[in-house]
Amino acid sequence: MTELTRLSAVEIARRVQAREITSAEVTRAHLDRIEAVDPSLNAFLHVDRDVALAAATAVDDEIAAGTVRGPLAGVPVAIKDNIATRDMPTSCASRILEGWRPPYDATVVRKLREAGLVPLGKTNLDEFAMGGSNENSAFGPVRNPWDAGRVSGGSSGGSAAATAAGETPLALGSDTGGSIRQPGAFTGIVGVKPTYGTVSRFGLVAFSSSLDQIGTFGRSVLDAALLHEVIGGHDPADQTSIDAPLPPVVEAALAGARGDLAGVRVGVVRELSGEGNRPGVLTAFTDAVRVLTDLGADVVEVDCPSFTYAVPAYYLIAPSEASSNLARFDAMRYGLRVGDDGTHSTDEVMSLTREAGFGPEVKRRIMIGTHALSAGAYDALYGRAQKARTLIVRDFAAAFEHCDVLVSPTVPVTAFPIGERVDDPVAMYLADLCTIPTNLAGNAALSVPCGVSVDDGLPVGLQIMAPALADDRAYRVAAAYELARDTSSGTPFADTIPEPAVLETTS
Amino acid sequence: MTSTVDAAPYTVEEVCEHFDPVMGLEVHVELNTATKMFCGCRNEFGAEPNTHVCPVCLGLPGSLPRLNARAVEGAVKIGLALNCQVRERSGFARKNYFYPDMPKNFQISQYDDPIVFDGHLDVPLDDGSTWRVEIERAHMEEDTGKSLHMGGATGRIHGASYSLLDYNRAGVPLIEIVTRPILGAGTRAPEIARAYVSALRDVIQGLGVSDVRMDQGSMRCDANVSLMPKGSTRFGTRTETKNVNSLRSVERAVRYEMGRHAGVLLSGGTITQETRHFDEQSGTTSAGRPKETFADYRFFPEPDLVPIEPSAAWVEELRAGLPERPWERRARIQTEWGLSDEELRDLVNAGALDLVADTVEAGAPAESARSWWVSYLTQQANAAGVELADLAVTPADVARVIALVAEGTLTNKLARQVVDGVLAGEGTPDEVVAGRGLAVVSDDSALTAAVDEALAAQPAIAEKIRAGKTKAAGAIVGAVMKATRGQADASRVQSLVLERVAAGS
Repeated sequence: MTELTRLSAVEIARRVQAREITSAEVTRAHLDRIEAVDPSLNAFLHVDRDVALAAATAVDDEIAAGTVRGPLAGVPVAIKDNIATRDMPTSCASRILEGWRPPYDATVVRKLREAGLVPLGKTNLDEFAMGGSNENSAFGPVRNPWDAGRVSGGSSGGSAAATAAGETPLALGSDTGGSIRQPGAFTGIVGVKPTYGTVSRFGLVAFSSSLDQIGTFGRSVLDAALLHEVIGGHDPADQTSIDAPLPPVVEAALAGARGDLAGVRVGVVRELSGEGNRPGVLTAFTDAVRVLTDLGADVVEVDCPSFTYAVPAYYLIAPSEASSNLARFDAMRYGLRVGDDGTHSTDEVMSLTREAGFGPEVKRRIMIGTHALSAGAYDALYGRAQKARTLIVRDFAAAFEHCDVLVSPTVPVTAFPIGERVDDPVAMYLADLCTIPTNLAGNAALSVPCGVSVDDGLPVGLQIMAPALADDRAYRVAAAYELARDTSSGTPFADTIPEPAVLETTS
Repeated sequence: MTSTVDAAPYTVEEVCEHFDPVMGLEVHVELNTATKMFCGCRNEFGAEPNTHVCPVCLGLPGSLPRLNARAVEGAVKIGLALNCQVRERSGFARKNYFYPDMPKNFQISQYDDPIVFDGHLDVPLDDGSTWRVEIERAHMEEDTGKSLHMGGATGRIHGASYSLLDYNRAGVPLIEIVTRPILGAGTRAPEIARAYVSALRDVIQGLGVSDVRMDQGSMRCDANVSLMPKGSTRFGTRTETKNVNSLRSVERAVRYEMGRHAGVLLSGGTITQETRHFDEQSGTTSAGRPKETFADYRFFPEPDLVPIEPSAAWVEELRAGLPERPWERRARIQTEWGLSDEELRDLVNAGALDLVADTVEAGAPAESARSWWVSYLTQQANAAGVELADLAVTPADVARVIALVAEGTLTNKLARQVVDGVLAGEGTPDEVVAGRGLAVVSDDSALTAAVDEALAAQPAIAEKIRAGKTKAAGAIVGAVMKATRGQADASRVQSLVLERVAAGS
């Protein structure tokens, strides 16, 4: 890793804006880094050096002329490939959308450009964000920078691995059931799922509309907060967007790193923090909670009994919405078209295209969802899942009556070997146990690294959950914890991420 | 497909000897909002294919719908005009099915909480009576695109070699108005079906929220028909006839289906629940795709939109602003103006009713207003080959001309010249009067001078008048009118002539 690719976004921005270095130099360093390590990581699906460098040069010219668009002007960023970009393809890691170029930018992408960030490229993911290991990508799995034989997590595995490996200082992901926090935990970086409705979904290719939320990755809490502030805020183009000021996340991250946690009430969710976790995960989590106590937080245990329904409820609601959202991929207007040879009817072309274009996990979820919404099953499946969702919302409300934030491990396990769980969807789904409740309730949560597991030396995530529109609380606790963690170990955790093994190229 | 061979139709009278018909009418109305329901694309009929499209109405990945408040307003107005209740909180739902002209392969619609529900419409029938049609609900949904099936003989999908898709219509706001089953109509069922659609069209036209043009598809009717044995209360199997594109077709389609059902049932057959296609040429229906006993659209709440909660105050504001029902207005006008049925019918047929009413509203007496529109202006319209309403004169203009006559500024003859001026684009009536110098000479001193001059010029006639032969005054009046180029009030001149003679002039 060159020095420039080790820098935090905050430091890059400072140097570029002070004209100590140029954005073009920083961008070139990251593009070189991608060329060097991505053949072994497979974190990017699309990189365009010329476009990225042109954007960086434009920012440099503006800065030279005295204009700084925002705090992150000149900083490179990677974008998950299910977010629409006008100048880059948007494939959702699916054959059915391979090569599609949207005629518009997602709201968050527009905001990135307006703030002077420099998009490097589009990152790999589980197909249509369906998965927790990135093994469901039509373009191959993402490898974990900590161990090339292990998954990066998912579905935002490409954004997480790219950020962890120094291919980019910042990245956007999307989190439907943990798809930012879980890969963040697996790769040892910070991953944030903002409150539902505080970051526009316009331009995010929908998986499950009522659960999807765009969020951020960084190697520090402050970096993630700065990017969060760029992309957040009300957007009239998204009717589920909340017309309220964005919580002061940057201020909270700075405050957390300055002060202690005296008087902050932290609830340890009993249902998520017990024996279901691997021993090494539980140890790291327990140590992290002790640090919070040492910082002055009042730590209590809380019960959220309905959280046990979260995984089954999620795996009905998300596929139900997905079955409808993905119906538009029918070969009529864009994307893959199979069987259009004059011998097949329109219906047959639709079927042949969907058969060839969707991977097995996407098909599984479309079938589950189609069934759950069908007249005979609706009440028992979709209807009951919505009731469970209501109970989970109530559990959060009750817990937040006497806690400012709730904590749990982000994932009960560490990054598992590639291929280990592909034939066991239920085991795969259970890995989302701790992250799903937040999506169902629509509140905020983030994952911050809390050391490595004594079992395998792989990173563990501490999940901090906050009420809706109180994202700043999670940032404050995370920033305070992060500083205490690094002070006690003597090395910033981000600097302990190992150099990814470069694979032998076979030709 | 032998089951679809048409049985010999029976007349409705024959049908009703054995059966009671049950009808359900579903009418789709396209709102004439400036933009589509969920995006900013223009809502316009007849544009070049695929020119009013954007990522949202094409359903491109990542796009999201954004509700047009005008569409909600149109729906509420229609509901209020149909005596419906307005739901305090209603939501959108997705209706899932695959069809190429539907960009997302689901339609954003409403399911179990339509925005308005439980209403009725009292429909005027030809014999002057009314028939109450109960309205179950009216809900909002987006229209689909259009498929053009090419290369086949029929223009229908069967036999076509390829299809073209036009998404201009995709996302146009639609209101679907659904009746409760219409029972007890007997032989009048076809007439009631037509009268209902006609009354609905008039009401919605009065609201101004839709063009309600059946020929352009901005109003479309699906007619459900079934028969049950006389005296039974259990509905028979229904068919749903689509492509019914005129009022006359609504009546014919219902009549045909009643006859066809009876033919099938009386010969021991059973009716297949299916969609049928009405053929305007032959007046018959043919089987479309058989509807499965039940189509599963997998409705579920639309997660990309938030519930609609019309405030009570806003609803009341809309209610207060509702126009009078067209036929109630006609009845009121007939009474107020004392028109015979025949006079009223002539007014309606001439397309003059609204114009006359607006003229009356602008202050003119009903009789003068009626006379202007049905005689002089109708002649001008006929001469120009345009509709009465398209003449370049407004009811306000006509009312002003009538007022000018009443106050003596214009004679009837001059008034016609003023209207001609307005029609010729010379401005308002007052501007034409000024421009052409047409005002009646009502200055008595000027007139008196003219009268004296005429009397002096024709002493013999003056003498006759003085001898009591007042009829002789006509010649003097004529001379004065000539001298004033017709701008004098002839009756005033007459009086002046008599006065001047009596005064010894």
